[in-house]
Amino acid sequence: MSHAAKAPNRSTEQRPIEDCRADFPVLAQTINGEPLVYLDSAASSQAPGVVIDAVAEYQRHDHANVHRGVHTLSHRATDLYESARDAVQEFIGAGRRTEIVFTRGTTESINLVAQSFCRPTLGAGDRILITHLEHHSNIVPWQIVCEQTGAELVIVPIDSSGQVDPQELIEKMDDRVRIVAIAHVSNALGSILPLTEIIQAAHDRDIPVLVDGAQAVPHLAVDVQALDVDFYAFSGHKMFAPTGIGILYAKETHLEAMPPYQGGGDMILEVRFEGTTYNELPYKFEAGTPNISGAIGLGAAARYLASMGLERIAAHENRLLAYLTRRLAAINGIRLIGTASNKASVQSFLLDDIHPHDIGTILDHQGVAIRTGHHCAMPVMDFFGIPGTARASLALYNNEEDIDRLIAALAKTQEIFA
Amino acid sequence: MNEVEKAQQEVIEEFSFFDNWMDRYQYLIDLGRRLPDLSASERSEVNKIRGCQSQVWMVAEYDGERLNFRAISDAAIVSGLIAILLRIYSGKKPADIVATPANFVSALQLEQHLSPTRSNGLAAMLQAIERYASDALPVK
Repeated sequence: MSHAAKAPNRSTEQRPIEDCRADFPVLAQTINGEPLVYLDSAASSQAPGVVIDAVAEYQRHDHANVHRGVHTLSHRATDLYESARDAVQEFIGAGRRTEIVFTRGTTESINLVAQSFCRPTLGAGDRILITHLEHHSNIVPWQIVCEQTGAELVIVPIDSSGQVDPQELIEKMDDRVRIVAIAHVSNALGSILPLTEIIQAAHDRDIPVLVDGAQAVPHLAVDVQALDVDFYAFSGHKMFAPTGIGILYAKETHLEAMPPYQGGGDMILEVRFEGTTYNELPYKFEAGTPNISGAIGLGAAARYLASMGLERIAAHENRLLAYLTRRLAAINGIRLIGTASNKASVQSFLLDDIHPHDIGTILDHQGVAIRTGHHCAMPVMDFFGIPGTARASLALYNNEEDIDRLIAALAKTQEIFA
Repeated sequence: MNEVEKAQQEVIEEFSFFDNWMDRYQYLIDLGRRLPDLSASERSEVNKIRGCQSQVWMVAEYDGERLNFRAISDAAIVSGLIAILLRIYSGKKPADIVATPANFVSALQLEQHLSPTRSNGLAAMLQAIERYASDALPVK
């Protein structure tokens, strides 16, 4: 009974993007008496019915531990779990299923690389290259490994639009740099980094590249082989899957060379008190009973996104982002933060001298959900000399009406604060 | 009815006059804007109550009989809520503070701002007030 493993059917493929809003049950509710406008998908996205059902069906009919049992349920659970891995492999265009490691999310994926790939070989004088626009999850794991090894964290600046100049980044790739770790899309600013150019330049110098793809995967087509990226990390809950599940894609040669990150069940072949033989890839990095239902949900979400078509989703969101930016820019007293020419799905802003937290509170009263604060990117806020921003973020289920509601709610906010 | 209960009751009655949320918020913002600021030196790291989205600074003074609080936030609505907290709790006896449950939170429908799981610094301020009060009580 392989509910989650259904191939996307043709009729789904033909559906207009605008129709998919109805696939997300959470959106059909009112907040404070107003229909919900959800513009906080960059913090966490909503799940479509197919994801919710895949998880529920698994819990209802197929649950058992994976890779262990001789009985039917365990086989079913294992098949579903491994078929989710296949769905993710296909989703990001990975060459081998063994290169897809299930983790708790982007944060754990990056910590895994920092500790297992970098730490054993890093020493004093070595460098790790990141940019000024990174999420804390792509800063702190490197600070920790620098502390442990004496390596140094080098920060590539951003410009006033919130973009990284790839030339500036490439100039910093000297022979002491051991890894480049950069976002694909900035969570606070929306800037899309020119990955191809950066990865090519890094590889010319034999430097591996990790990409934090958390904000990219729900919005644009990612092909890890075409990018030739060494490590690509992302989270389920930013791409319409449950929380607590994520992915580390890594080239097989790297995974082979890396020691296990955590020890426990499932990651071993043989355990003797004299020593333990580790399991093959990717299980070497999946210690303990994994988040089986989360993985199944993630597999279903990957299939759902693929069935809608990432190119079509990107086109829809780009249209919406242009509309959002245009409407926001027309407001008297607005300051847009993050104005790079190549952007995805988010717009940060400030309004008059109203604190972002106050904006968020008044918007919530009108049923409009946005994020306010530093967005776990405090260096970005420091760069712009602000404590935080209000941020509206889009996903495939948003439409122009959502943006109109946001603009009207902001007008009311200004009225209240006038 | 002790002084804290009395102040709390007054605030609840005052807010019952507003029949829509916009007026309530406008009043809060007004209270926030009129709240006396702390000096630059009082807006210090030591006096800061950390919240993810807005910041609150608070100073407490105990004159041996009554606890006096002064506080401010960088967000106007939060400052308005601080003004309410100060009206209820500042200048009161520690025993009254400790003895009086914060009923106004639900009466004013302020759970959104003041429940302990909210990371806006306000809930932490309420906890800090209660801690100052119980610390000021004679050890039994």
